[in-house]
Amino acid sequence: MNESGDQFLGRRVRRGTAYRFRPAAVILIPVIAILLQVYLPLFFSGFAQLELPLLVTIYFAVKRREPVSALLIGSGVGLLQDALSNNPIGMFGIVKTLTGYFAGILSQRMDTESPVIRFFINLFFYFFHQFFHWVMTTTLLGQQPGIEPLSILLYGLVNAAVAVPLFRLLDRI
Amino acid sequence: MEFLLNRYRNIFALVGVIFVQLLLLGYQIKTKQDIRLIRVWAVSGVMPLARLLNSIRTNTIGIAGDYTNLVGVRDENVRLKKALDDLKLKNQFLENQLGTAERVQALAAFQARSPWQTKAARIIGNAGTGTSKVVFIDIGTNAGVAKGMAVVTPDGIVGKVIASYNSTSQVLLITDAGFAAGVISQKGRVPSTLKGQGTMLCLLEYIPNEENITEGEWFYTSGDDRVFPKGLKVGQVRGIRSGKMSFKEVTLTPSGMQHGLEEVLVILDGTHQEIPDAIDTSQQRLLPPPPSDPNVTDTRPRLGGNVTTEADEVAEKYNRVQQSQGHQFGEGGPPNFNVNPVPRVDPKPPTQ
Repeated sequence: MNESGDQFLGRRVRRGTAYRFRPAAVILIPVIAILLQVYLPLFFSGFAQLELPLLVTIYFAVKRREPVSALLIGSGVGLLQDALSNNPIGMFGIVKTLTGYFAGILSQRMDTESPVIRFFINLFFYFFHQFFHWVMTTTLLGQQPGIEPLSILLYGLVNAAVAVPLFRLLDRI
Repeated sequence: MEFLLNRYRNIFALVGVIFVQLLLLGYQIKTKQDIRLIRVWAVSGVMPLARLLNSIRTNTIGIAGDYTNLVGVRDENVRLKKALDDLKLKNQFLENQLGTAERVQALAAFQARSPWQTKAARIIGNAGTGTSKVVFIDIGTNAGVAKGMAVVTPDGIVGKVIASYNSTSQVLLITDAGFAAGVISQKGRVPSTLKGQGTMLCLLEYIPNEENITEGEWFYTSGDDRVFPKGLKVGQVRGIRSGKMSFKEVTLTPSGMQHGLEEVLVILDGTHQEIPDAIDTSQQRLLPPPPSDPNVTDTRPRLGGNVTTEADEVAEKYNRVQQSQGHQFGEGGPPNFNVNPVPRVDPKPPTQ
């Protein structure tokens, strides 16, 4: 098996090293993402479907390659989102905790620097995020939110497409 | 033990964090109480930044826009738009009163109780999630806004305040899946429950299949929910289907959000009003307007005497033909109707 095959098949190959962020970046980047998520949909309604906080959570997880810090960042971002929404606090918190954790685990087993891999990681975790949020809304809150598979697929593709240049931008910070 | 902790550190951390959040969730769901402290922190941290962004936008894009337009036109436009919005609301109130009661009674009622006391607000942010239809406005408890107040535009209802902080309030839009309000149809006065469904259309629930609802029919607030005063516009019926559970499946387009949301009005003190009667265009007739003053006589050409209808006028003409030609109807041929009969002498009105 060659090296690239190892990367794709999840051997314990760690091409990149764990990246240490400055504490200010860990706080400011998610806050800016949430701020943009709060403000921009007022003028561009399509922006509401862009899950910037999720993309930032995934970015920190795959870059940091450390599941514990990834799940903590995920839970922080999710709780902040919950606090600004009308959801009970913890809904997005739990979903983003899981997302951060599994993205962190995945990044330990796969090189996540390639744009193609980043695209598919984001696509997968977008579906993962939406699915768990739907499960929790249904089971814990007893609500029946409507599901539009085609819309979710489309939004997933858009989010994944936006994630690639966004990650590249964040790499330079 | 230490070996286990080190080996399964990640799993323990995951389980611990999720367990804490599940406890939080369970507490909120069980007690139906909010953890307000976390929300206050989050709103206090994020909303000033959103307000700053908003002021930067208005002070940069707005200034640039002012240069491209005539100086002062923009401000004038904003002022006129606000005045127009106020007038629309007052006009709607007046129209409703006039449409359902005698004019004098309506005026008296209007004088006795002023329409809604409102407070204008600007939207400065939304929930930050695609699933929640929640927005933040730039006034809060300092301006007298409290939880449960109705939020409207002159075109219809928008939502209700679900949380109020010092200088910010959180508004649940009528399109949110968790929103519900009591509504009533304009024509048949059919009561229903308006529910958001997370899209731009709302649902009207509990309308029996046998009720007659038509597409395009207006729905108004019924006042039953104790949030929205009765008589506010809600929207028009978009689609109707017979449901499986003996209730219709009716979708409604909210009228209050059709022109985008930037500025809204919070009703601080609402007043119930009557639902205006629907105008049935199929039965519409062209009737002359009633006289404005009972002392002023009818301005139409007078027919004179007891002549009040066209049939009376024809009979009158026949009588005058009969008199001028000495003709007896029923005897001989017909009289000559082309010869002008003697002119009619109208009785003089009594002198005062």
